[in-house]
Amino acid sequence: MSELNAALEHPTYNYKVVRQFAIMTVVWGIVGMLVGVWIAAQLAFPALNFDLPWTSFGRLRPLHTNAVIFAFGGSALFATSYYVVQRTCQTRLISDKLAAFTFWGWQLVIVAAAITLPLGMTSSKEYAELEWPIDLLITVVWVSYAIVFFGTIVKRKVNHIYVANWFYGGFIVTVAVLHLLNSAALPVDLTKSYSAYAGTVDAMVQWWYGHNAVGFFLTAGFLGMMYYFVPKQAERPVYSYRLSIVHFWALIAVYIWAGPHHLHYTALPDWAQSLGMVMSIILLAPSWGGMINGIMTLSGAWHKLRTDPILRFLVVSLSFYGMSTFEGPMMSIKTVNALSHYTDWTIGHVHSGALGWVAMISIGSIYHLIPVLFAKERMYSISLINTHFWMSTIGTVLYIASMWVNGILQGLMWRAYNEDGTLTYTFVESVAASYPGYLVRLAGGAIFFAGMLIMAYNVYMTARRDDTASQTAPAASAA
Amino acid sequence: MTSFWSWWVILLTVITLVGLWWILFANRKRDVGENQRTTGHVYDGIEEYDNPLPAWWFYLFVITLVWAIGYLIMYPGMGNYKGLLGWTQVEQHQAEVAEAEARYSEMRSRYLAQPIEEIAQDPAVRRMGARMFGNECAQCHGADGKGRYGFPNLTDDDWLWGGSPEAIKATLINGRQAAMPAWGQILGDSGIAQATEYVLSLNGRSVDEAQAAKGKEIFASYCAACHGPDGKGNKAFGAPNLTNGIWLYGGTREQIAHSLRAGRNGVMPAFSDTLTEDKIHIIAAYVYSLSH
Repeated sequence: MSELNAALEHPTYNYKVVRQFAIMTVVWGIVGMLVGVWIAAQLAFPALNFDLPWTSFGRLRPLHTNAVIFAFGGSALFATSYYVVQRTCQTRLISDKLAAFTFWGWQLVIVAAAITLPLGMTSSKEYAELEWPIDLLITVVWVSYAIVFFGTIVKRKVNHIYVANWFYGGFIVTVAVLHLLNSAALPVDLTKSYSAYAGTVDAMVQWWYGHNAVGFFLTAGFLGMMYYFVPKQAERPVYSYRLSIVHFWALIAVYIWAGPHHLHYTALPDWAQSLGMVMSIILLAPSWGGMINGIMTLSGAWHKLRTDPILRFLVVSLSFYGMSTFEGPMMSIKTVNALSHYTDWTIGHVHSGALGWVAMISIGSIYHLIPVLFAKERMYSISLINTHFWMSTIGTVLYIASMWVNGILQGLMWRAYNEDGTLTYTFVESVAASYPGYLVRLAGGAIFFAGMLIMAYNVYMTARRDDTASQTAPAASAA
Repeated sequence: MTSFWSWWVILLTVITLVGLWWILFANRKRDVGENQRTTGHVYDGIEEYDNPLPAWWFYLFVITLVWAIGYLIMYPGMGNYKGLLGWTQVEQHQAEVAEAEARYSEMRSRYLAQPIEEIAQDPAVRRMGARMFGNECAQCHGADGKGRYGFPNLTDDDWLWGGSPEAIKATLINGRQAAMPAWGQILGDSGIAQATEYVLSLNGRSVDEAQAAKGKEIFASYCAACHGPDGKGNKAFGAPNLTNGIWLYGGTREQIAHSLRAGRNGVMPAFSDTLTEDKIHIIAAYVYSLSH
């Protein structure tokens, strides 16, 4: 009955593909974070690699990063972009078949990754480890995604294009360019290829890709999510239209330059390092523009934070976004980087963005979406969302604080020297000193992961729930 | 970089910086009185205010842009332009190395002038050597220098290439490459088994006497050239003593047979490219002190 209601309410929208991607966001979130908890445990207790090649850290780590970035984050981006583009353009996706193809194609990419990475098939390019046949499949799926998304924008029923769609569009176009250029390779056989680039150029292309995977996949795409779900959940207008114009163009123009800060004090020429650092510092204001526009949208609605844990997820994610986009430019400064590079600080920085920003804005958006997609009044349990919120927040804080401590500890231990000029500590002493931090990080990650299980239960109960039993949905029971 | 690419970099950088400046100032609006007026667009119920850019954010952006221009004047960044300070990372590194050399080389060259046996007794040298050993040698030989499978123990008196101060130092400077040939093809399975029995008998292990007797002949023709007629080894080739019960690659019957069948190629890397002689001298003294 309730699905009929929904169908009458939005007769033209394709919610099926949104629903599929939303469910898989939760599923892949659990899988990817479970692998993350496992490898975090391996760093504290190395025996947990079971002395098997398939479960060694070196193979599970790319499985973790691919699963959380492209499976969890990717599904969240597909789900929300398909939803937002339809709602804000007031029109159905241009092709249900092509949209369905992107869903099944993307799931196939993920399954292929989950099989090949533990088997040791890798191009060994960070965040682009998948071998060339999978890269080709990604290309086909991504082009289809672009056709569906931009085709839908072309036939929109409103005059202007909403800011969320600028960010989704920027993300889709740039990721296509990044993927094609960085994955260029010469195949040897079906499971092995060599990069088209050599030496320092290869490193520069890789980190041009790597940093923009952060900038466009994990930032621009999720800012698109923010620009729809924050004003929607807060029921307030976006704070400043002109701020969104300035920070959108500045963000996409500057991010693309920032890659060289991953290669400070290496064989990369000085001029490229400097430009990467300069642009990274300029990036602070454009990044904060998004945070300001999100948080200030709440002015006049701050009281809603007391009662709405979904809004809490969204707003706290913006706070973590602001924090990690301050930390990033700071870490790109050569003298700071000389201390932080190659330490756990980098891991902590990544996770303040990945857990605090990307995961929390996705979780908040999915909690907003699930009742709409299953035509329910609200989520099964608001208090479980609240529990999940606190677990996510505490888990993230434990994770990043332990990695700050470890990172600074390692950086200082590696550079300490004695009066006779010898190094004070051997490398293995810095590993031993990191052990308590690894335990705290494991605890933080496990808490964050457990929150995802609560989410899965809440989503399942919401989808399954018969609204006639709910006291908050009299309309549905009347129908 | 050719001047074309240099200008390409400069042009793109300038266009980006100017473009940022322009979009920032073009969207500036001082009139706060217009607050709370929306743009008139509505998307799925979402409206947008036309609020001005927050002033603190505007100035933050301006400051980073101005700083960026200043940095690119002082430091390399604009293509082939070297920057007013003339800084390069290579020169920074060389300056730091030179400073450290100036501070420590006199002390170390004092030690270099003294014999290794003598400075090995000096606690300051042993401390210094232990720290260098911890970073350069412990990965293979262990933090205690006792080695492990494939990596020799440096604390006993069994030396593959000689335990004199000079031999230890030579090992550190030039490295060592051991070459135990693979005999599987030449001796066949039965020959390997017989030679194994004989090698075991040299260590007083219980063996098949008949097999060992045949193995003795094999040993005399194939093994004695390096390991000596009595099997006590030869430090000139790094051929180990096979009679003292110390095994670099394990002393079980199967492990010894495998060494014979497939050969062994132990490598000690040369440190002459990574460490200066005065440092090697100190590490050699520390290694010497482990067994003296």
